[in-house]
This record gives sequence, structure tokens and C-alpha cells, in this order.
Amino acid sequence: MGAANGHNKTPRRILSILVNNEFGVLSRISGLFSGRGFNIESLCVAETLDPEVSNMTIATSGDEQIIEQIIKHLRKLIPVIKVTDLTELAYVSREMVLVKVHAEGDARAEAMRLSEIFRGRIVDAAQKSLTIEVTGDDEKIQAFLDLIRPLGVKEIARTGKIAMARAQKG
Amino acid sequence: MAIKLGAEMVLEALRKEGVEVIFGYPGGAVLPIYDALYDSGLRHILARHEQGAVHMADGFARASGRVGVALVTSGPGATNTVTGLATAYMDSIPVVVLTGQVPTSLIGNDAFQEADTVGITRPVTKHNYLVKSIKDLPRILKEAFYIASSGRPGPVVVDLPKDVVSSEAEFEYPETIALRSYRPTVCGHVGQVRKALEMLFTAKAPVVFVGGGVILSNAADRLTQFARQLGVPVTMSLMGLGGFPGSDPLSLGMLGMHGTYQANMAIQNSDLIFAVGPRFDDRVTGKLETFAPKAKIVHIDVDPTSISKSIRVDIPIVGDARAVMGQFLEELGRNEPPKEYFDHLGHWRGRIENWKALHALDYDRNGSRIRSQYVIETLYDLTGGDAVVATDVGQHQMWVAQFFKFDKPRTLLTSGGLGTMGFGFPAALGAKIARPNETVIAISGDGSIQMNIQELMTAVQYGIDVKVVILNNSFLGMVRQWQELFYRSRYASSCMAMVPDFVKLAEAYGAKGFSSAAPEDVVPILKEALAHKGPVLIEFRVAEEDNVYPMVPPGGSIGDMLLV
Ligand SMILES: Cc1ncc(C[n+]2csc(CCOP(=O)(O)OP(=O)(O)O)c2C)c(N)n1
Ligand SMILES: [Mg+2]
Repeated sequence: MGAANGHNKTPRRILSILVNNEFGVLSRISGLFSGRGFNIESLCVAETLDPEVSNMTIATSGDEQIIEQIIKHLRKLIPVIKVTDLTELAYVSREMVLVKVHAEGDARAEAMRLSEIFRGRIVDAAQKSLTIEVTGDDEKIQAFLDLIRPLGVKEIARTGKIAMARAQKG
Repeated sequence: MAIKLGAEMVLEALRKEGVEVIFGYPGGAVLPIYDALYDSGLRHILARHEQGAVHMADGFARASGRVGVALVTSGPGATNTVTGLATAYMDSIPVVVLTGQVPTSLIGNDAFQEADTVGITRPVTKHNYLVKSIKDLPRILKEAFYIASSGRPGPVVVDLPKDVVSSEAEFEYPETIALRSYRPTVCGHVGQVRKALEMLFTAKAPVVFVGGGVILSNAADRLTQFARQLGVPVTMSLMGLGGFPGSDPLSLGMLGMHGTYQANMAIQNSDLIFAVGPRFDDRVTGKLETFAPKAKIVHIDVDPTSISKSIRVDIPIVGDARAVMGQFLEELGRNEPPKEYFDHLGHWRGRIENWKALHALDYDRNGSRIRSQYVIETLYDLTGGDAVVATDVGQHQMWVAQFFKFDKPRTLLTSGGLGTMGFGFPAALGAKIARPNETVIAISGDGSIQMNIQELMTAVQYGIDVKVVILNNSFLGMVRQWQELFYRSRYASSCMAMVPDFVKLAEAYGAKGFSSAAPEDVVPILKEALAHKGPVLIEFRVAEEDNVYPMVPPGGSIGDMLLV
């Protein structure tokens, strides 16, 4: 899976997939990607309001023809109910990142300042480090990481992206 | 509602699905099902290897259009089915394979004869199930048969833990299917059908291209009527042979790597390809960039993932080939092509006749060695083409495709997609069980036949009257041909230096055996074999270093053929 670096040359796509919440469905989907040589940049799964249905958000990349093939193959899987290419619609997306950063002396103040600028939260504090939680879209997360990195990042965890089409206006 | 044992539910479901015969092999985990089979009245054919059992179920399905069923045990029984499943998957054959599994309480414990069957078979099945609770069993069995046989057909595995089939529950076989996520398209888009027909009416050099989908959806009669009414030349993929009569003057034969000169030239010079149920596989298209450079493409297929996968399509029509061809015939009843259409077609067929005359399929008929092509032609003549022919994989397979004219669908059974050696003979056994009144012939090679020869015992035990013709060229011929052409004739491990004495082998199994290397023996041996009641194994020792031509070198354009 691996986190996206935001600097991909091939266009990014966000697919939202509704699946029957049944045994083995995740391996069917990931097996389809690996078996056909498609790339998964991130993948999130969770139940929807209907406990029998899960929603998956998959970030992938590829040219027009590859994406079309991916979508058609996903639709062909028996437990897949619906596939939406959010990239074609207006959508909002969010990802959360936890960063454990080196924070002694000046660096501590700088880390706290960056957290504030990015509307992050300090979720754990130790003498030599702080752990900051930041939520946002690609650009925001990337900008935060670019700025925090020089302070000395010890560990990082990302949720992968979740996304939703915007409501129709009016 | 009745209380039933899980094992009995399985058999009851098979009955409800109209299954009359199962191909299988028992073992610990499926003992409860075998116990229920004991006095069930269902016919069970005991194969000698689980791979054989699945190929038999596959051959049964190909020959009959009905779902073939195999039953095997857990662990090694299940892993032995993988090649059979992959073969059926690549050729879209409806097969249901029931596998035993260790009891649910032991799953994941590396229990004796445990294998992750659902994990192993996932990439080679259309769908698969692990039945974790008996309450799901009736629904899953119903879905398995529906999924295997609808849309683009394919194999389905149902993995049955021993405790599930040994427990009891109320049984009611569902009448209907409630799959919110699976609804295959049947009819084509009407607008697209009209557009495609208009495009065909204005074409000057059209070709109909028949794929396996025509056979699978039973569309051959409609497609044949359509092509004849419009006078369009027809070519077929290996899987499409029989989808249009091979002896019809409009037939160009097979296209692709070992296609006929006229078929490949017609495709390369066409301005419209009307493709029904093919998947434009690489053995058909050759180099993609140079495939049919001037042609617009209409592609009818039930599987949207087959459309525009490798070749860009101008008019895609998603739907079942039979239903869509019905729509085309209906449109054709309302619309006639303009007069100049038939003038163009006359001219186009003239060009094709020239190609035919230039390089017709042929071979030297006067040598002292038996030629494989001659054996195949003789079989065609002696049976009047009225036979079901199964092949293995290699040169003999291509010669069958070239020299046996398949006039009817479901008469050629061959592993086109996976190219599985060892497929032909067990598939022929399954076909004979499906169509007991027809002549069934397996044409094999000296290499391939040794890959499932154990099923000769099955044939003899059940009196399954299949004629096996081994074209023994002392080589893994197709491998040798590639080595000759592309590896400077360095025949690394492709020489079958030793084969068994096939006559003695046949006799050891209790079958009848023949062997000869003399051309004049071919007719009398085949006549005697065809007249004989019961399984026969015939070995013809044929010309050794013979090659299949035409041949498009791998990666080449299909217009650039090696010709003899
Ligand atoms: C199971 C399997 N293993 C290997 C191959 C590769 N292969 C393709 S054709 C061929 C030669 C087959 O030899 P034979 O059955 O004697 O047929 P011939 O080409 O000589 O007619 C081989 C080894 C295959 N298709 N299937
Ligand atoms: Mg051979």
C-alpha cells in the first residue's frame, strides 16, 4: 500500500467502492489489483450505516485506459455493489497523520507552533518528543510534513485517504 | 420444510439444478458427502486424478452447455484441481467444483489435509465460497450454479467443511437469487445496435470475427444467418471454431498466429471488424499497433472488461451474444443494405478468393511418412465431420484447428486460453458422457497424452467409448518448432526420446490399441477403431520435424506470416 508522495506523474484517482461486508472481500479486491498489476497507493475500509455493507476508498493511479479497466474489473467482482470514480466528481477527501517529532529546546516551540498553524493537536508529550495529529487534504498534509521534517521526525503513521462526493447544491 | 443433513442438502441442490453426473475422487473431508451419494441414485464417475475429474466436468460442460460438477476432498484433492479450474476460467466454462475442507474448528491450524482452498483458487475462479455455517449452504449452492452459468460463465468453487456437511438444519432450496451486486447484461443497447448495422451497410471490406462467446451463448445459428444474409466473410478464433460452419464458402478459417493466409490478410485489409464474443487475445492480434490498421471495430461481448482491453473499439455492445444477434436479425428485418453494399462485397470476396488461391492450407501428400494433417483430414472424411473432437496442446492442436472443418458449435473442445497439456483426453470422456450417442475423438500428442493417461482406466471401467489418436512425432513438437525457428535448432529437452509402447499400454488398461508408421494404414486403422465398441488408443508415428504454417512470429504483425 504505502503512502502517496503527492508528486506522482500519472494522474491520481480516488475510487469509492461499496462492497458486501463479507468474509474475504478485502483479499478479493487487493488480489485483483496485484494479480493484474494495478497499483494501490492507499486503501481504507470501514462499515457504512448498513452493517452488511462496507465502503472502501482506494487511491490509485494510471492512465485513462487503466483506470477504466480497474473500474470494470471491480464491478465484475461478485461482492462489489457500486464503484464511483470520485475524481470525476466534486469531492472532499481527508487523511489523518500522526507524527512523532524530536522536540527539545527550540525545536519544541517550533513543533508546537507548526501544530497550531495546521490546526493539529498534540496527542502525546514526552521530554524529548511530541506526537502531533493533523487532519487534512493531500496538500495540507504534504505542507505540514515538509515543514515538520527538518525538526527530526522519529515516526510517522498515516490513515490513508477517505473521500466523499460533495452534496448537490440547491 | 424438512430437516436435512448438510451432505444431503448438497445432493438435493445438485438434483434441483438438473445435475445427473458428478466427476470426483473421495477422501476424509468429503466422506459425509460420499456417504450420502452411496444410495442417492446420482451417477458418480471415479476419475483417477482430481485434475482429470475437473477436465471431465469441463468437457461435459463444453459439449453440453450445462454446468459440469466435480467433487474432491480437502488439501491435496483441492490443490489438484487448480489446473483444471484455471483451464475452465480462461475459457469461461461453467463448472462447479465442490471441495471438502477440514472442520471449521480446525481451519487455520495447519490441520491434516488442510489447504486454504478459497485463497488458492481465488485468482482462477469466477467466484468461490467457504461455507462457514449450514444455514448458508442452500443459498450458496444456488448462487454457485447461477454465477457459474450466467453472464460470462466460469468455474465456481464451494469449499465445504466436514462439520458443516455433517450437521443438520432445515432445508429449503431458494427459488430465486438475491444478489444485489451481480446482474449480468443480456440485451444490447438498441442505439448501438442500429449504429453498428449502419456502419456495416457502408463498409466495403467487412469481416465477421467469431469468438468463443458465440459458442458459450448458443448464438451460432443466429450469427450464421446474419453473416449469410449479408454475405460477409467470417473468421474464427480457436475458441470460435464451430460458431460458423467451417465448410461454408464464406468461412475464412481461423485467424491469428497459426491462422490461414486469407483470414489474416482479410483482417489486415478490412475496413470493419464485426466481432462477436472474442477477447482479442495476443495469439489473435499479434503486434497490437499494426493489427487491422484500417478497420473500425464493433465488439459484442457480455463482459465489459473484454471490450477495449487490448484493442480500441469503435462501437462496444455489452450483452449476451445470442440476445444481441437476435436484435441484429430483427433490425435486419426492418432495414436493407443499400444496393452498392453488395457490389462492394462482391469485389471484397474476390480479393479474398485471390488470397485463398495464393496460399491455401496444404501439405505434401506423397511422402513415405504419415503426416499429422493427413490423419486429421482422414478423420474428418471418415466421420463426415460429424464428431466431437477434443485436443491437447501443441502442433497437433493447431493442425486440428486448420484441417478439421468444424461445422457445428460445441464440436471442438480445446484449451485455448491456458493451453493445458493433458486436457484433451479427460475432456473427451466428459463430452462422451454428455453426448453418449456421438462419436467422440481425442487428438493428442506423444507429450500431452502422458499428462493424464491414467484416465484410460476410468474410460475402461465405465465403458466410455472415446477414440484417442496420438500423433507421435517423437517431440514436444510445438516447443521444438520454436527452438528450430528462434533458438537455432538447439532442441533442449524437447525430444521425447522414449515413450511407452502404446499398444501394450492400452492393453494393460484393458483398452484396444493400434500403432503404425505407414500412411496406407491410416484409413483401415481409423475405420476399425471407429467401428469398435469401447475405448481405443491409436498411435500414429508421424513425420518428426514438421512445422505448423502459416506462422506469425511472436510479437509480429499478423500480416507477416511465415509460409512453409
Ligand atoms: C501443462 C503444460 N506444460 C507445458 C506446456 C508447454 N507446451 C506447449 S506445446 C508443448 C508440446 C506438446 O507436445 P505434444 O503433446 O507431443 O504435441 P505436439 O506439439 O508434438 O503436437 C509444450 C511442452 C503446456 N502447454 N502445458
Ligand atoms: Mg509430439
